[in-house]
Amino acid sequence: MNKRRLVLEDGTVMDGIGFGYQGEVNGEMIFNTGMTGYEHVLSDPSYCGQLVVMTSPKISTNGINQSDCVSSYMNGLIVKDYGNSPNRSQDAKDLNSFLLDQQIPGLANIDTRMLTKHIRQFGTLKGSIVDADTPIDMTIKKLKSVKDSSDHVQKVSTQKPYVIPGKGANIVIIDLGMKHSILKELTARDCQVTVVPYNYSADQILQLKPDGILISSGPGNPKNLPETIATIQQLPRHIPVFGIGLGHQVMALALGADTEKMLNGHHGNNYPVKDLLKQKSYMTSQNHLYSVSRNSLRNTDLEITHIGLNEDSIEGLRHKSYSYFSVQFQPEGKPGPEDMHYLYDEFLIKIQHHQAKNEEDVYAEKY
Amino acid sequence: MPKNIDIKKILVIGSGPIVIGQAAEFDYSGTQACESLREEGYTVILANSNPATIMTDHTVADKVYMEPLTIEFLKKIIQKEQPDALLPTLGGQTGLNLAIELEQAGILKEYGVTLLGSSLDAIEKAEDREKFRSLMKEINEPVPDSRIVTTVEEALNFASDIGFPLIVRPAYTLGGTGGGMCYDQKQLKEITRAGLSLSPMNQCLIEKNIAGFKEIEFEVLRDKNDQAIVVCDMENVDPVGIHTGDSIVVAPSQTLSDQAYQLLRNASLKIIRALKIEGGCNVQLALDPDSLTYYIIEVNPRVSRSSALASKATGYPIAKVAAKIAVGLTLDEIMNPMTNTTGMFEPTLDYIVTKFPRFPFDKFTSGNRYLGTQMKATGEIMALGRSFTESLLKGIRSIDIGAEEFKLKHIEELSDTTIIDKLKRADDERIFVLAEAFRRGMTVDDIHHWTKINHYFLHQLNSIITLEKKLIENELSEELLQEAKKVGLSDCHISRLTDQTADDIFQLRRETNLFPVYKMVDTCAAEFESVTPYFYSTYEYENESNQSKRKKVLILGSGPIRIGQGIEFDYATVHSVLAVKEMGYEAIIMNNNPETYSTDFTISDKLYFEPLTLEDVMNVIELEKPEGVIVQFGGQTAINLAAGFERHGINILGTSLESIDRAEDRDKFEQLLNDLNLLRPKGKTVLRLEEAFEVANDIGYPVLVRPSYVIGGSRMEIIHGDDELQTYLEKSVGVNSEHPVLIDKYLTGIEVEIDAISDGETTIVPGIMEHIERAGVHSGDSIAVYPPQRVTEHIRNACMEATRRLTEELNVKGLINIQFIIKDHHVYVLEVNPRSSRTIPFLSKITGVTMANLATKCILGAKLADLGFKTGILPEGDYVATKVPVFSFEKLRSVDTTLGPEMKSTGEAIGYDSTLEKALYKGLVASGISIPTEGSVLLTVADQDKQEAREIAKSFFELGFKLYATKGTALNLQEIGLPVIQVDKIGSDNDHVLSLIRNQSVQFVINTLSSGRQPRSEGFMIRRESVENGIACLTNLDTARAILRVIDSNSFSARPMINKEVVQL
Repeated sequence: MNKRRLVLEDGTVMDGIGFGYQGEVNGEMIFNTGMTGYEHVLSDPSYCGQLVVMTSPKISTNGINQSDCVSSYMNGLIVKDYGNSPNRSQDAKDLNSFLLDQQIPGLANIDTRMLTKHIRQFGTLKGSIVDADTPIDMTIKKLKSVKDSSDHVQKVSTQKPYVIPGKGANIVIIDLGMKHSILKELTARDCQVTVVPYNYSADQILQLKPDGILISSGPGNPKNLPETIATIQQLPRHIPVFGIGLGHQVMALALGADTEKMLNGHHGNNYPVKDLLKQKSYMTSQNHLYSVSRNSLRNTDLEITHIGLNEDSIEGLRHKSYSYFSVQFQPEGKPGPEDMHYLYDEFLIKIQHHQAKNEEDVYAEKY
Repeated sequence: MPKNIDIKKILVIGSGPIVIGQAAEFDYSGTQACESLREEGYTVILANSNPATIMTDHTVADKVYMEPLTIEFLKKIIQKEQPDALLPTLGGQTGLNLAIELEQAGILKEYGVTLLGSSLDAIEKAEDREKFRSLMKEINEPVPDSRIVTTVEEALNFASDIGFPLIVRPAYTLGGTGGGMCYDQKQLKEITRAGLSLSPMNQCLIEKNIAGFKEIEFEVLRDKNDQAIVVCDMENVDPVGIHTGDSIVVAPSQTLSDQAYQLLRNASLKIIRALKIEGGCNVQLALDPDSLTYYIIEVNPRVSRSSALASKATGYPIAKVAAKIAVGLTLDEIMNPMTNTTGMFEPTLDYIVTKFPRFPFDKFTSGNRYLGTQMKATGEIMALGRSFTESLLKGIRSIDIGAEEFKLKHIEELSDTTIIDKLKRADDERIFVLAEAFRRGMTVDDIHHWTKINHYFLHQLNSIITLEKKLIENELSEELLQEAKKVGLSDCHISRLTDQTADDIFQLRRETNLFPVYKMVDTCAAEFESVTPYFYSTYEYENESNQSKRKKVLILGSGPIRIGQGIEFDYATVHSVLAVKEMGYEAIIMNNNPETYSTDFTISDKLYFEPLTLEDVMNVIELEKPEGVIVQFGGQTAINLAAGFERHGINILGTSLESIDRAEDRDKFEQLLNDLNLLRPKGKTVLRLEEAFEVANDIGYPVLVRPSYVIGGSRMEIIHGDDELQTYLEKSVGVNSEHPVLIDKYLTGIEVEIDAISDGETTIVPGIMEHIERAGVHSGDSIAVYPPQRVTEHIRNACMEATRRLTEELNVKGLINIQFIIKDHHVYVLEVNPRSSRTIPFLSKITGVTMANLATKCILGAKLADLGFKTGILPEGDYVATKVPVFSFEKLRSVDTTLGPEMKSTGEAIGYDSTLEKALYKGLVASGISIPTEGSVLLTVADQDKQEAREIAKSFFELGFKLYATKGTALNLQEIGLPVIQVDKIGSDNDHVLSLIRNQSVQFVINTLSSGRQPRSEGFMIRRESVENGIACLTNLDTARAILRVIDSNSFSARPMINKEVVQL
């Protein structure tokens, strides 16, 4: 057995058994409460740089389906137990070899409930997965000296633009760490999609003549993305823009609101959100550590469209006059509920309206 | 959206007596719902005929009607109470069916009663197979190929279209009653015929077999704003083909990918929305293990057994929320005070829950033990752990069948072929068969091929066996012991593998301080701070169960509901917990039954959801260090642990172990009665075969014979002569010094039962009950009457005196139950149980004395004298109450329905009125027996009963009933000039005795048991046929007489005038 341990910056030490990659690693501690879809968690770039604790006691009972999970950006995975999935299907991998391939350390045999409670109480501490014989003092010292990294999006965003052809609306996705499933939602609706890097300029985007722009979810602090914020500010107001997750935060910043770091953030599949326009609540899948501050909305043209029922958090915004709207949660699920799929439809409806209106305008100008 | 303020008074219909498929879960959810409605300020009127429930306590509703759950009586209640609304979705299938009938009869409309929860349209769409299928088609949800049939021919036609195997599901029956899998035409004919007659709609669904698919259940809630959530999903370890009530079930599902999970979640939400249910709903789905193909199997538009389980599994109070939704609140308006979240929340679990069914085959040894679509379990347990193996092994310990580990001795002795057969066709011992198969080295692939159980579960089971081998082959190091405890092995299990005693292992754990920690069930996987006092054990680091400085008392529950240990014990447990709290102690309860009210974490100060074995209880005691343990409310389950507590120096509160032993040990009991100068039926223990005949003849036939090592009336028989004794001894028991046989004089007197409360000084008897049936029928299966009708003041006092002597001698602190036989003005003591009994809730309710509460106070040192009581029988009320047993025979094929010393009933109903006849009528009707005042009776009685039967036949005849009888009985009746139609024997070409029953030509069958037990005899077939056709079959002449009395009071016979001329002056 491979004895390894988790050391937190506040001195907490938990012994476990290492699996996957055996290197030393540190990161921000967060916990995810989802009971299904750990593959989607693994592959979601939003977890870049984090040590993810799964509260579900057994992860990977049936192996990793390669189509759900190609690569992972998280720094480490901490579980109570994981399966070696002896009966996975042929195209599936077991978790241990996946993490090994991805060079991600795993730590098992941890009292994850105890750890979760600790994180809940003390916020997102930094932690490190090390070998059992590594001196604890040294590890803590190291952890304290580690600076919050600000380049997560740079790491996970696409380097070059690419196109997925389609017959429908022409959509540009600004990739801040896009989940593949966001792309799928649009291609399933026949869109022509161009995925562009986080630092693509407004001009470059407009050259693509988009009918609509989607700012994707992604990892880290939105304030680390001044280029993206500037881009959004330079976009013409008439093109519909849809922000998701980090994209929602970046949009809010661009439109004059402020964001703040949360104590624990939201990571899981069971966050109830009320759609204030429909006056109806739904379950959502979320993973974010930052949120838009309510007070900062006062002097903006943004209005709240969605609130979280657990903590009255801001979960969705729209611009009072532009066709801009955004949500903090992941309407595509994967993992998690697909209750708010309709937001993608609404995005396309907005585009249609806008196109129709444009035609009218053109007509009016002509005659 | 605010709650509905147009309604003020709500009628709630309970589920009535406990039967298989509709058990204690409705007490739990019903009680929760009533409280939830009252919390919102509504006046709650409750109708439920089950006296054994907390729900029918007068504190639960504003007014409680323990009247039969029939249209006749509900109409009376509605008329009297004028409720504004009716909530029918909390009383199981019974409640739903009654709501439909009330609507159809126009009663709801007549009295302006609004239906809450599900609309009738929704109920019908979910329950009526055809409507359900067309709705599924409409919303594009797949259902397996099937056809609705109303005749056997239609079923056969369908079979020739799509082939076998097929599943038959009768419409509108609970727990799938009468359904089953058919592999050929013969089975199809048989099951369809039975199913059609059981279905109130005379309708069956014949369905394509999708056996082998994963069976997944979703518990869904929806409010009037169309907001809907999934509270819990569950996966059956056994694939489709075995009723979910009989399956081992885990929560959350363990083998679903997120994609599959969301697919099924979306389907479930779509269905509850399409049905427009306002409240809870259970959706059962079948998922192809190799693809994303799925089918909807069934939808229950109401609170169900599964929703009770889901509530306990997650900590989310489904019934409470469903009730609030029913009155118009929406999910986001309902708060969960424990975590500060709203009702709009899908719980997330950081543990694994396993549910195990508890089967009645320890009682029904001759029952058909194969599992199929007809539910057979009487109860269930739930176990929680941080791994599947831990949870599973806890589950096995909790079912309380004498297996504290993953093994049943007799399965070890089976041949490989038998093991494989048993794997292919599951029975109640399946989990132990799987263990044995792995022990013999059978592979996961082979076992999967035979059982279709998912590989994941099989690998997990196999890992336990691998660990077993490691324990056998290696020295038990500290590390290995730790590993074994983490996987979930009990001390007992480890001790067998390492050749030590369980106490040795316990000692070893104590030395190395290897004890479990306790984790909280908080609905949210620790994401939010929670104060839920609900815990389970696991071997990990952090213990979350903190100890207060208060003095604590540990109360043990009674585990799963089974025949002989039913909801009555849970009722008493709940009251004991409340009394402990009243006395200022911290009340801690341990129990493992997810269906019951005692395991609602709001009842006690702390709930440990754990197996009730010595090890598990000792672990809690080590942590909590209570003042002592109360065992007398937890039935035999808790009593059985008393000796272990004594050994470990744990204080047993209440009556001492020594006293318990003096009442339970046969020799000590004899001595006790002799010392106290009390009579008991003559009897002796015999060790040799020859001796048996000697003793039997010496005592004089009839005698009561039973093996000494079984308790609770198992295998007890009444024997009338040497021949029968010979058969009995050969068939059922080998007599030797290790297995002695007890032979007692069988006295045919009046049986009387007493429950008393004592503090060791003062002893009070709140009420005496008299049994309608003569001694020989198990007290739990007899009709009990309060107050006694045939017992004189003098005899009552004699019973009281005997009770006083016994309680004083045994220094009883708490409850004691004593059964007497009154014969020739003598009082014989039959049995003494120094603990809570089955009759406590019934007696408490009819006398108004909360017996378990008083008893608990006595246990904790209160004096009855200080509370104003004096030794004696409390004054009787001027009313009559009857307790009538309810059976689940229609669900247990090949179980003989004849009543005897072995208990067979699963529940009870109450009848309460001003006269015996009225109370009997209500009790019988409430128990499901219809009492027509005209019609026909079929008599077929044993020789020894022929004389008595004459009188009964005569009375039926005088009341206008037509008489049918089999040859012997017919001749006998003709002798006294009664016109009897003689019926042919089974197998005759003419109409014979079975066809008479099948054609519903008779309303009652009176059949008494000839001799010995020949399960396939003609009598057996007559009894079974009656059950399958829903005809009351009376196997005891006293019951028949009671029914006659009721009919007599309800009808008028033609009587000639007395000829006055004859009168001589």
